[in-house]
Amino acid sequence: MSIDTETAARVAKLARIKVEEDALPALAQEFNTILGFIEQLQEVDVDGVEPMVSVTPMRLKRRQDGVTDGDQQDAVLSNAPDAREGFFAVPKVVE
Amino acid sequence: MADLSKMKISEARDAMRAGDVSSVDLTEACLGAIEGAGVLNAFVHNTPEIAMDQAKAADARIKAGDAPAMCGIPLGIKDLFCTKGVASQAASNILGGFKPEYESTVTTQLFDAGAVMLGKLNMDEFAMGSSNETSCYGDVINPWRRGNDEAKLTPGGSSGGSAAAVAADLCLGATGTDTGGSIRQPAAFAGITGIKPTYGRCSRWGIVAFASSLDQAGPMTKDVRDAAIMLEAMCGHDAKDSTSVDLAVPDFEAMLTGDVRGKTIGIPREYRMDGMPDEIEALWAEGRKMLEDAGAKIVDISLPHTKYALPAYYVIAPAEASSNLARYDGVRYGHRASLAQGDGITEMYEKTRAEGFGPEVQRRVMVGTYVLSAGFYDAYYNRARKVRTLIKKDFEDVFAQGVDAILTPATPSSAFELGMEMDDPVQMYLNDVFTVTVNLAGLPGIAVPAGMDKQGLPLGLQLIGRPWEEGDLLNTAYALEQAAGFVAKPAKWW
Repeated sequence: MSIDTETAARVAKLARIKVEEDALPALAQEFNTILGFIEQLQEVDVDGVEPMVSVTPMRLKRRQDGVTDGDQQDAVLSNAPDAREGFFAVPKVVE
Repeated sequence: MADLSKMKISEARDAMRAGDVSSVDLTEACLGAIEGAGVLNAFVHNTPEIAMDQAKAADARIKAGDAPAMCGIPLGIKDLFCTKGVASQAASNILGGFKPEYESTVTTQLFDAGAVMLGKLNMDEFAMGSSNETSCYGDVINPWRRGNDEAKLTPGGSSGGSAAAVAADLCLGATGTDTGGSIRQPAAFAGITGIKPTYGRCSRWGIVAFASSLDQAGPMTKDVRDAAIMLEAMCGHDAKDSTSVDLAVPDFEAMLTGDVRGKTIGIPREYRMDGMPDEIEALWAEGRKMLEDAGAKIVDISLPHTKYALPAYYVIAPAEASSNLARYDGVRYGHRASLAQGDGITEMYEKTRAEGFGPEVQRRVMVGTYVLSAGFYDAYYNRARKVRTLIKKDFEDVFAQGVDAILTPATPSSAFELGMEMDDPVQMYLNDVFTVTVNLAGLPGIAVPAGMDKQGLPLGLQLIGRPWEEGDLLNTAYALEQAAGFVAKPAKWW
């Protein structure tokens, strides 16, 4: 299994991280090193083994379906890079 | 009174209760020590005003009587914990300027118990690293040196600032977090004690998430007794974290008898690695003998899937990280890249994340994205989760055979030089070879300083316990600490 620059570019796109064209070969190389390390997992016999969902078997607690928090618009927006009129502001999303 | 910052939590508690020293005295001593230790780069956001207010309140509470054990104790808080109104940026530029409007549950519990916050501690970015070199604040320097050699050593990571601060006596204790070894490896590199409790003991609410199925908070302290005292204050059920367990928290300190007669200690043969330094091997054998002399029964055990723990971890942790770190989009908090004419929302995401995340974080987010992507999900992610089931079963099997705790080395080396391992991510990952199994199995693990290498650097041993039996684990660690008699401190050069 080997990752080419095209795959590296696709993964960067999926991860929403801008990677310059000239940095792609080095990135692909790094992926290959790490995936080569991970590849050892293929040796393990996992037939009939359940994938772990929760490390500690526990039943999730239930609670009343009621409002427990809210009415904190200023606190919610206080760290936003761009907040206007009570909203998060972002570049145009819909054409 | 410069020596006050050298006190242990237990000593300071007793001295404050006796009226011999005040929290204000202790806090001033620590603030002074921090000021003189800038070169270590352990504290990155100092909060002296908050500290003095909390210290005064603690003194009043102690005077009134019936104050909890942590009341008035000056602590450092890892930058991963959200602290209300105080910069909390997980050592990442992407959280530059972020000041939470809320307080993490663990720090809330500590402050409710009267503890004092001196400031926020340096760490690897998003807790991803084993040498504290991925931080946006720069490297932390280990207070330990190889004798007179001035080479700068790593304090380990990711809780490198916490380890350095406690080892250099800048605070009495510090919070850490541990996803693959991030409390235990730096504790071993700095000659201090660090415990990661069972997954679910400490609430994760308000701690910046890295890999949610592995992350646990824990204390980093000057000895085992202090770890017991501080851990008790950090633990407990929290309705805001659905994985936090609703179990009573025992009085851990009261369980420190040092009596391990009749306990069964397992020595896993798979932890004897090729190329392991003789000194680590020798220390491990000494630890075995110390527990045997204390009356424990030593048995050789096998944990057959140990070898696959690191590769499984480096699928699961990046997968969870890629999902957790999707929230850093430049919309709700932290950094947003400046955009060019015509840039839309996708360009905003991509530029913001490229600027805000450092290289190791980008690497892990992308590896995680890859192993979760269509066509690879089964081959990597699901397979890793199955291997995780097998790793946990290895431990369950030996516990079912009557083993009470497992003794291993804490790290495959002593502290290494800064810059030495940064070029090879896989080499860096090997630092966690002895610790990462414990996170995958959700077990409690503790690192205790137990000796020195030829270069004069501390070495640690790790004990792994049964789930929810931190009290018993701490007691075994206490017996080991008593037998090892490690009291060395780094010579002050800073």
